[in-house]
Amino acid sequence: MDQILRINLSDLSVKSEPVPAAWAGFGGRALTSTIVAAEVPANCHPLGPNNKLVFAPGILSGTTAVNTNRLSAGAKSPLTGGIKESSAGGTTAQMLAKLGIKALIIEGAPAQDAWYRIHIDKSGARIQEEKELVGKGNFAVFDAMGEQVGKKCGCLSIGPAGEFKMTGANISVRDKDGKVRSHGRGGLGAVMGSKRVKLISIDDTGCKGVTLADPEKFRTAAKIFSTSIVNQPGITHGMKPFGTAMLINAVNEAGALPAYNFRNGQYPNHEKVSGETMRETILARGGEPSHGCAPGCIIQCSQVYVDEEKQFVTSGLEYETISLLGPGCDIDSLDQIAAADRLMDDIGVDSIEMSGAMAVAMEAGILKFGDAAGVIRLLKEEVALGTPLGRVIGCGAGTTGTVYGVTRVATVKNQAIPAYDPRPIKGQGITYATSPMGADHTAGYAVGPTLGGAIDGHKKDGQVELSRHLQFAGAAVDSFGICLFADMAISGDPQCVPALVDMLNARSGANKTAEDYIPKLGSYVLKIEHEFNCAAGLTSQQDRLPEFFSAEELPPHNLKWDFTGQEIDAFWNF
Amino acid sequence: MQVQVRLFANFRIGRFKEQMRDFPPGTSIRKAVEELGIDASQVGTVLVDSKYAKLDQELHENARLGIFPMVGGG
Repeated sequence: MDQILRINLSDLSVKSEPVPAAWAGFGGRALTSTIVAAEVPANCHPLGPNNKLVFAPGILSGTTAVNTNRLSAGAKSPLTGGIKESSAGGTTAQMLAKLGIKALIIEGAPAQDAWYRIHIDKSGARIQEEKELVGKGNFAVFDAMGEQVGKKCGCLSIGPAGEFKMTGANISVRDKDGKVRSHGRGGLGAVMGSKRVKLISIDDTGCKGVTLADPEKFRTAAKIFSTSIVNQPGITHGMKPFGTAMLINAVNEAGALPAYNFRNGQYPNHEKVSGETMRETILARGGEPSHGCAPGCIIQCSQVYVDEEKQFVTSGLEYETISLLGPGCDIDSLDQIAAADRLMDDIGVDSIEMSGAMAVAMEAGILKFGDAAGVIRLLKEEVALGTPLGRVIGCGAGTTGTVYGVTRVATVKNQAIPAYDPRPIKGQGITYATSPMGADHTAGYAVGPTLGGAIDGHKKDGQVELSRHLQFAGAAVDSFGICLFADMAISGDPQCVPALVDMLNARSGANKTAEDYIPKLGSYVLKIEHEFNCAAGLTSQQDRLPEFFSAEELPPHNLKWDFTGQEIDAFWNF
Repeated sequence: MQVQVRLFANFRIGRFKEQMRDFPPGTSIRKAVEELGIDASQVGTVLVDSKYAKLDQELHENARLGIFPMVGGG
């Protein structure tokens, strides 16, 4: 990848620049965070002209290696007030890489009220005014792109939520079947909306694959990598048939669900919203229980959920959404949760943030716990239309709690806590507290080693070290463009890391070690993100969990969150 | 001794979701897994009374045993 593409909405200019030497070894999160830290003033208004929205494919994106289709998006987050990187699958990472675009930087902001679309193909990029699709949902945008640009068109878009600049707004990515994947967390859709960019269409027709310094070495290593993934029982027998929803029963059994807005680690109707039930339902109705979001995906964690008339409802129904909207809100119907997921995809809001907001709305008495129809109404008639109540909810759990005077709000740095209670999985709590991203599960996924038995989640011992190690590895893998779920192979198969290192070296011609690519790169990313956050005014007081986690015992294990501030702050001793 | 055995994901295929089973006192989880015809190398997470347990641990009367393949997610 040989160019940095800058698109300036202040003067509607497009500039292609060579890649600075200092950025040559970066991709994905390492690159977006490097650029944001270097070019965005930490104290800027996230919705103002000085924020920048940066997209970067991973280091391995665009190669023939499987599952290398992850795109990173970065900016200063209007939700957390700190730096944000959010990633998504779909086809855009591969396309941008093949187009030679190492990073796409959207900067400035239009002076007038017009909306714009951007098109990128082999001939370059062009900006044009957009009228027709403004106000439309993501499904309509993706369908239109399929017709106007082509069935295989890549697309990044915002729904109405991004146009309204709601801090819960996401950026949607078109997958290989025209369905929706999401750069979910941190309100990046609002940043894109503040720059008045409705959509970015991408066409890589006529582009070859990326050039490799050592194609033979790459091919050999890629084969080992691929075999490593397929051999993971957790992928072939878990992720593929059941999706991430397979976690519902596991997390329930471990007693760490966020049931009734983080009041109970177990939920009596867990079976009704489990991955097993989802698979049975999909099979009985003729949907697709396994589905990949990009060409070359051998994990196939997604699915196509249909209704009783075999009509498409939603795709990519994740554990997070099911768990927070299901047990979290006492909703035990997969059909209702799927309908809500579909709305969230179309409106363009983060399903974790919205589900958290719905639980707070129930806490506030706007809805009763269990009112699935009420959740759907709030999405369809309030959030989608930008009514005052819709804007409150659309801005997430924290804002909803503030406006309604609710104290039981599960957020860190104003970002909703994902669907694992931190009290029985203490390493995950450390990640929630310390990640520069705010409350984030994938940033340092302690749930994996905890459920796998490598560490006792009920005790404090070793959790800070575990989270640090996982956050380094997470930041590194976020930079490679590799699907997060290939991580099971990376940590489970000793042959996988050497193959990964070989692929990375064969790509660029470098001769780095695993130490260079993982802990060194990972710790560099964490450091620059932390520095940005400090400059933006975040302090150690934002590296804390909400009060109620320390005050209340969570059944069934009756544990409290009992880390002191000092113990948490030790995370940064590196 | 009576043990509540709960199976999940593909382990249910050809077996059951939940069953009370009788085992001799001192039976290890590994032995119980074998008896169920499950390949121990495929077992990812074992929870006894909702706490993580190792395969070589012994079961007790009225234990609630949950057996999962490897899990991970987002």
